[in-house]
Amino acid sequence: MSGGGPTGSAPASQQRAEKSRMEAASVPARAGRRGLTDSARSFISRYGLIGILLILPVAFGYSDLQREGDLSRLATNLKDGLSNGAILALVALGYTLVYGIIELINFAHGDVFMIGTFVSFGFFGTIGLTLATGPLGLVLGLLVTLILAMVACGTLNVMIERVAYRPLRNAPRLAPLVAAVGFSFILQNVGLLWLGGSHRSVPDLINSQKQLFEVAGVPVSQGDILAVAVTIPLVFVLAGFIVRSRIGKAMRATAQDPDAARLMGINVDTTISFTFLVGGLMAGAAGLISALYQTDVWFFAGFTAGLLAFTAAVMGGIGNLKGAVLGGLIIGCIQQISDNRIGTEWTPAIVFAYLVLILVFRPQGLLGEQTREAG
Amino acid sequence: MMEATAQRKSPLDRLRRRATRSAIAAVAVIAFAAIFPFFFDAGSGVVEDSTTALIFVVMALGLNIVVGFAGLLDLGYVAFFAIGAYTIGWFASGFFTNQDIHIGVASQLAELPGIHLNFLIIIVLAAVFTAFAGALLGAPTLRLRGDYIAIVTLAFGEIIGRTAVNGDEGVFGIGSFNLTNGRRGITPVDKIDLPLVEQFTTLNLRPWYWTALVMALVVVLINVRLRDSRLGRAWIAVREDEVAAASMGVPLVRTKLLAYSTGAAMGGVAGSFLGSYFNTVNADQFEFSFSIFVLAMVILGGLGSIWGVVVGAVTLSFINTRLIPDVLNDVPSKVGLDFDLTQLGFGIFGFLLVIMMVLRPEGLIPERRRKIELTEGLDEDTVYEVRA
Repeated sequence: MSGGGPTGSAPASQQRAEKSRMEAASVPARAGRRGLTDSARSFISRYGLIGILLILPVAFGYSDLQREGDLSRLATNLKDGLSNGAILALVALGYTLVYGIIELINFAHGDVFMIGTFVSFGFFGTIGLTLATGPLGLVLGLLVTLILAMVACGTLNVMIERVAYRPLRNAPRLAPLVAAVGFSFILQNVGLLWLGGSHRSVPDLINSQKQLFEVAGVPVSQGDILAVAVTIPLVFVLAGFIVRSRIGKAMRATAQDPDAARLMGINVDTTISFTFLVGGLMAGAAGLISALYQTDVWFFAGFTAGLLAFTAAVMGGIGNLKGAVLGGLIIGCIQQISDNRIGTEWTPAIVFAYLVLILVFRPQGLLGEQTREAG
Repeated sequence: MMEATAQRKSPLDRLRRRATRSAIAAVAVIAFAAIFPFFFDAGSGVVEDSTTALIFVVMALGLNIVVGFAGLLDLGYVAFFAIGAYTIGWFASGFFTNQDIHIGVASQLAELPGIHLNFLIIIVLAAVFTAFAGALLGAPTLRLRGDYIAIVTLAFGEIIGRTAVNGDEGVFGIGSFNLTNGRRGITPVDKIDLPLVEQFTTLNLRPWYWTALVMALVVVLINVRLRDSRLGRAWIAVREDEVAAASMGVPLVRTKLLAYSTGAAMGGVAGSFLGSYFNTVNADQFEFSFSIFVLAMVILGGLGSIWGVVVGAVTLSFINTRLIPDVLNDVPSKVGLDFDLTQLGFGIFGFLLVIMMVLRPEGLIPERRRKIELTEGLDEDTVYEVRA
């Protein structure tokens, strides 16, 4: 697999889209027919994905209007979807950061998130957080758990990178991917040994289903508030960090061209480790919220959540932080609509079908990818 | 100088000697494999596990075409196992009770309701279905980068797996027909029935073994011939450098789709054999971990190396069916740990994948070209790298 070499320039998204279209056009099998088919293709590539995304909400919104006369059920789905999506967005950030910097699908990331849910679950027991804990103790306890889960997942992610990916830095691209799949299985088995093969229910510490207020017929519960209250600050801190701080600049430089970055005196290995650390921190935070919000932990949950989050990252445009958050929210909504209308058992299949469609119609994602190959 | 070269054997001579030597070795191995079941009881566990191992050889060689030859990482190979297995589940069992179709089956089956076709027809059907599914899977991945291909194939495998599990009440929430019988599975499945071969029963496993052996040999032969063919060289060219291959006139679309289809067909044929051999087509068989299991065989043996993959498949299959459940299972309790080792099977395979990738990415019996590529790194980045 070899696209263009590292280019090192960072053109605006317009140019990028132009370039990727040119690259697509230069694939020999597609040369030839120009004119009408070409413009049709660019139309599909630009609006096809958005059209596909709108199918589910529009179809169910229409049937709701026919049957019940208002859209409150759809709106509730979307609200739940946004809360769910906030968790996915945090996990998706880990995928997108890592992909942006070393072009690796960190397949084990979903399972790092799972370990985060397990750490949270275990630590609730350790510090004795129960349903009877008072509000002050609860807030303090949850804060400590949040920090612990974040640090645990961050450290784990860094260790995985050190052991499995760093030795393969110059190997063909499939080698680290296979190692990542291997690590995913190892982590799943760690989870299996830790809490056993069945679902474990987490005490509903925050009383997540309790309704706080209602907006236009849509009930907003405590769990929703928690998901949003943890995600939004984290995302803003992360974005500010990457834009402003020195190491954030180093991350972006390494993402664009590792060799040039090394020449500029950036320690590439440290920067990559740091990227894994940040991804792991986000996964840990997502782990705690998920444990509180879903009140259920399971060793296999990381696999599905990881794939959903990866889909989200691709949908937004891999390597693109805003894209990961947007994609996470959209996938959360799709997941919720499908859970509620089609059946929970079909949700993974539907999201995967979306993944395939995204990659067919718009592999660069909604907001455009930011990787070396895309320029 | 002249004398020195004259005394040494010419390279052609050396190649010929090597070919004869490997031919003798191959004949010896095949002969041993053919008489192997006579050393054991006809219904013994060894013969049973060996048959499974041989079918895994077929699967792994199919995956080897996609991953090893063409360099397209396929994480959804289980889909073809599933399609092959459902082919025999649908067309050689009483699943469709209202139908009454019998072609080339023994008299006792001819009276049962359902569709009952002879195994030879089934494997042709399975190969056709899976080849089609392989092309269908390949089509969206053509323009994608290597690691996106892996994810699309994984998604495809999961969609098929989900459909298998939930397909007893409609598909994707539409309709309420029973397509797969879900976790209950389609059972019993007709036993294989071949002309001129003794009866296939659960007590006499030898005919199963020999059928699997013949299938494995045919697939090895196909693999060798394909590797050395124009198409095989095109696959390797695409794997090494897609742009260069295209500019040399290799048709990318056709080459890649043929890799998917050929690999898929082998998985499908193996799947339909397993459907009959296990006597059930059960949705729980079609999990992601199965894809990884087969991938681990290919990687353990050596990507692209046919003999390596055969060794890898036999080794891992025996580790899975014998070593972990029978031999190593008391180890944790002996050292004072309390867990069931069979639970850890896939953790062990995951560990194996990581270890192989880090320590010996070219596999146990590496293909020469791969070995150079992996150990010296013919990566595009090396062009820019300044070595101290």
